[in-house]
Amino acid sequence: MAGKKLPLPEEELMDPGHVGCLGCGGCHAMRYTLKATGPRTIISIPACCWAVMPGVYPNTCFNIPHINTAFEVTAASISGIRAALDARGIEDITVLGWAGDGGTADIGIQALSGMVERGTKAMYIMYDNEAYMNTGIQRSSSTPIGAWTTTTQVGKVRDYKRAPKKNMVEIMVAHGIPYTATANIAWPKDLIAKVKKAMAVDGPSFIHIFAPCPTGWRYPPDRTLEIARMATHAKIFPLYEVENGVYTVKKFKKEASISEYMMMQGRFRHLTQEEIGSISESVVRWYDKLLKFELMTQEE
Amino acid sequence: MDRPRKDERPDYKTWKDIPLTPVCNFTTIKGNPTGGWRTFRPIVDMDKCIKCGICWQDCPDAAIVWEEDHPVWLYSHCKGCGICARECPSDAIEMELEVKI
Repeated sequence: MAGKKLPLPEEELMDPGHVGCLGCGGCHAMRYTLKATGPRTIISIPACCWAVMPGVYPNTCFNIPHINTAFEVTAASISGIRAALDARGIEDITVLGWAGDGGTADIGIQALSGMVERGTKAMYIMYDNEAYMNTGIQRSSSTPIGAWTTTTQVGKVRDYKRAPKKNMVEIMVAHGIPYTATANIAWPKDLIAKVKKAMAVDGPSFIHIFAPCPTGWRYPPDRTLEIARMATHAKIFPLYEVENGVYTVKKFKKEASISEYMMMQGRFRHLTQEEIGSISESVVRWYDKLLKFELMTQEE
Repeated sequence: MDRPRKDERPDYKTWKDIPLTPVCNFTTIKGNPTGGWRTFRPIVDMDKCIKCGICWQDCPDAAIVWEEDHPVWLYSHCKGCGICARECPSDAIEMELEVKI
């Protein structure tokens, strides 16, 4: 390219023609991640949206080797790929496990826990669309409190999700993982920097990527990045990284209101102002805790 | 189909004995024209365009390619989500309803 510099690396490892929905946040996540890892990557994908989106065999939208695995074995499969590469003496390949929130926080958690405990050098990315979107918007443990899904219906009886969202990054921190971070598709440069950092780590690394889903969250497809940006500005999804136990929180001057973020999405439409108030209290409490963690671990 | 008898089966002792098997070939899915999904077509006004590359960066389908110094839409693959039009800092992109044939 001549003239002006593009904001991101130019190499495109994800081709157009995949069958993701209009305005899919998972596609942004995949595209930016592959721009960061480069062509020397092997990707393992369990059942999730991305198991369907690359296309029907023998077609694929990836220009890298790609394995489809069973739901619960993503981390086990990347451990195996790493062991095979070690046996052949190949060191320059990034091994990437790519799963949705159901495949990570619900079904794949024991394999992931085992991989992190063994200290396998592999990268695991969870792209979080906050429900089982591929099978039709069923509740997962990563669905936020108050959300409507097809298994937590809101009609005459308001049976919305009562349990809070499972915090995967904190579970990873409890394992003593060398590098873990949260990233958001609305900040692609930050996302790419975090993936590059995770590649350089000699051991397991885990990244939690926030990927809004227009179909399941009930909002128009052109607002994907706006909603992603708003979630971080409203502190619902704080961006932070934990390197060997040391927290670094990315701070933003701009703030957004939680009720505005929730009212933009159809899945929160049924909530009353009081319910939103109690949710925002817990959000603020967690963010303050995070800042305290940062202060405490940075001083050491 | 009959299973081969035990003495006819290949005798693999370690992974090194297994013959090389292709696990994936690189047939690209570019031939899948997802452009037919589109309801709204992004039209760019090149006079307003400041060539920042934000539309190229934010396209979830990688359906915007950067040629020389300006974006080009692959209408064969653009699904018409409208993210480029919303994120454009100079409002150079308009979403227009596809014309009925």
